Amino acid sequence: MGVARYIKDDKGAIQEVVYQSGIKVKPVYGPEDLDAAGFSYEQDLGEPGDYPFTRSLHPQGYRSRAWTTRQYTGFGTPEQTNERFKFMIANGQNGLNVAFDLPTQMGYDSDHPLAEGEVGRVGMAVDSLKDFLTAFDGIPLDRIGSGLTINAVASIMMAMYQALGETRGFDKTRISCTPQNDILKEMIGRGAWIFPVEHGVRLVGDSIEYAVKELPRSNPVSICGYHIRESGATPAQEIAYAFEIARAYIDTVAQRGITPSDFVGRFSFNFNVYGNLWEQVAKFRAARKIWAQMLKQDYGVTDKKKLFLRGLFGGGGSGLTKEEPENNIMRGAFYALGAALSGAQTTALCSFDEAYTIPTPRSALLSLKTLELLMDEVGLRDTVDPLAGSYFIETLTLEMADKIKEEMAWVKEMGGIVSGISEGVIQKKVSQQAYEFEKGLQSGKYKKVGKTPGKEDEGAEVELHRYNEEWVGTSKDSLAEVKRTRHEKAVADTLRVLEKAAKSKDNVMPPLVDCCKAFATVGEMADVFRQTFGEWQEPVFY
Amino acid sequence: METKNKIRVLVAKPGLDGHDKGAKIVALALRDAGMEVIYSGLHQTLDQIISTAVQESVDVIGLSIMSGAHLPICKKLTAMMKEHGLTGVQLVVGGVIPRQDIQTLEQMGVAAVFPGGTAFDTIVTEINQLFA
Repeated sequence: MGVARYIKDDKGAIQEVVYQSGIKVKPVYGPEDLDAAGFSYEQDLGEPGDYPFTRSLHPQGYRSRAWTTRQYTGFGTPEQTNERFKFMIANGQNGLNVAFDLPTQMGYDSDHPLAEGEVGRVGMAVDSLKDFLTAFDGIPLDRIGSGLTINAVASIMMAMYQALGETRGFDKTRISCTPQNDILKEMIGRGAWIFPVEHGVRLVGDSIEYAVKELPRSNPVSICGYHIRESGATPAQEIAYAFEIARAYIDTVAQRGITPSDFVGRFSFNFNVYGNLWEQVAKFRAARKIWAQMLKQDYGVTDKKKLFLRGLFGGGGSGLTKEEPENNIMRGAFYALGAALSGAQTTALCSFDEAYTIPTPRSALLSLKTLELLMDEVGLRDTVDPLAGSYFIETLTLEMADKIKEEMAWVKEMGGIVSGISEGVIQKKVSQQAYEFEKGLQSGKYKKVGKTPGKEDEGAEVELHRYNEEWVGTSKDSLAEVKRTRHEKAVADTLRVLEKAAKSKDNVMPPLVDCCKAFATVGEMADVFRQTFGEWQEPVFY
Repeated sequence: METKNKIRVLVAKPGLDGHDKGAKIVALALRDAGMEVIYSGLHQTLDQIISTAVQESVDVIGLSIMSGAHLPICKKLTAMMKEHGLTGVQLVVGGVIPRQDIQTLEQMGVAAVFPGGTAFDTIVTEINQLFA
């Protein structure tokens, strides 16, 4: 049943429950379980808002402030994306989470042959600053922060966001953006990587270093256990690999002579809420603790706020089914409940039609209202960390912490996350697990309601977002117009400075901002990197 | 079965989309079913796919497409397969494929279509039947 393994007797009574992370669940928990696990309120939990933050980052949790909602949004042209942004904000959303199309994510302009058929399909097409000016038109950049879901060219997009702010009269110190910028997870799952590992990590380092010095309200990296989980990792591995990736970024910036406590407070995370409810809650509570402990013990960070595991806990894409798609509305609500019971600071929810394609306005609104309902109607703001003290939850949280630490130790033993990804060890492990899980779903060992084991979807009738081929033409025309009206010399000059920085150890961010302001295109900037760094040769295995 | 009699399959990911979980798990399922499987890796152009198919003398090219661009990709690839004399090679396609497109794909010369969620057993049986 569900994603956990349930062993039943011949009368259908459950004999054994094993969660994905490998934890056996007992039928009854009592005080003796906490004693056996050596549970200590002070050490394992602490007061809400106090180290190690198992209970909450803030003393009063959602009483002082409800979660921030950031539905993942963007498609077609910048005009359409702008319209949808405004629609979501008008309906109560308080942050943006921008989706880019694949050509933009891969550093190709809309007129590149490889962009054929993909322009505006899974997100908005961005070729130059002109597109950002249109997409964010009328959005108060000092009040609304933006997550930019892009990785290989995140440095370019963060520079573009600064150029956008400054062009619109918002000083760079007042704007807030969170580029995803987690290239190592792209190499485990999702696959939108371009440059070889070391150069990819260098770009992440450049953008963190730059944001620390120049963009005080921006969070230069959002490390995504999310996609690692979607690729087949267990909840414990999701957290463990994300923390080891964070360690790689901390180390690369620290090597530049910057003290970790000066920048780790700017890291944020993106984690998945898909799976067994209790395992999720325990995962997040354990994760807050382990992150704080890791920063304190390994990097000497002491300032309380810099020990916060901040981030978005949401999504849940893997859980959705094409069969009986309306069930996904309920699934989403329960995933969101898990996020709320875990004290998620920011959230977003996959919409019910995302098993098919990107959401319609109606389904995106349903997700947003689900989140609102939990906060404003059901009672999730009443008291902080409401499950604390449950014999089951506290035992499970301790067990999850052990599982996460085991996975982190495994990564260290095999030489660290960078080498594990370069050699494909992590990818292989995760894919093998995805295969085993899929076999289990097909054989009925795991269960999704509405899905018959081994049978393909029946294709229900739902209203779907439609891709429009005309967007390619609109984007290409807009790009041609930019190229016709910009000053070519300024473009060439700024790109030359960028190339020089890329070839040396200079930070690429200042030249990128100048390139963006000169209306150099994303493709032109990415090409400078491609020519300088080359492209990653993925370790292929199956 | 002798190795030389095994069906050789190239599992390929054309285009920019990087969601490769489906491609990888199907590759594992085909291998477990006794086929020789070559996985292309991500971001392949159609030229690269053809050239790997030729070099590896495969019997089947299996495309994994999640981006929605399956119709133009298959149209182009079937034409390229003819050009390169890969007439004995069977093309199969899996991924996010709407039901209404299956017939169109088959008319283009795609031998079998496996929308997301198709059982591994079905995929294996149908590929085996292409060589029965």
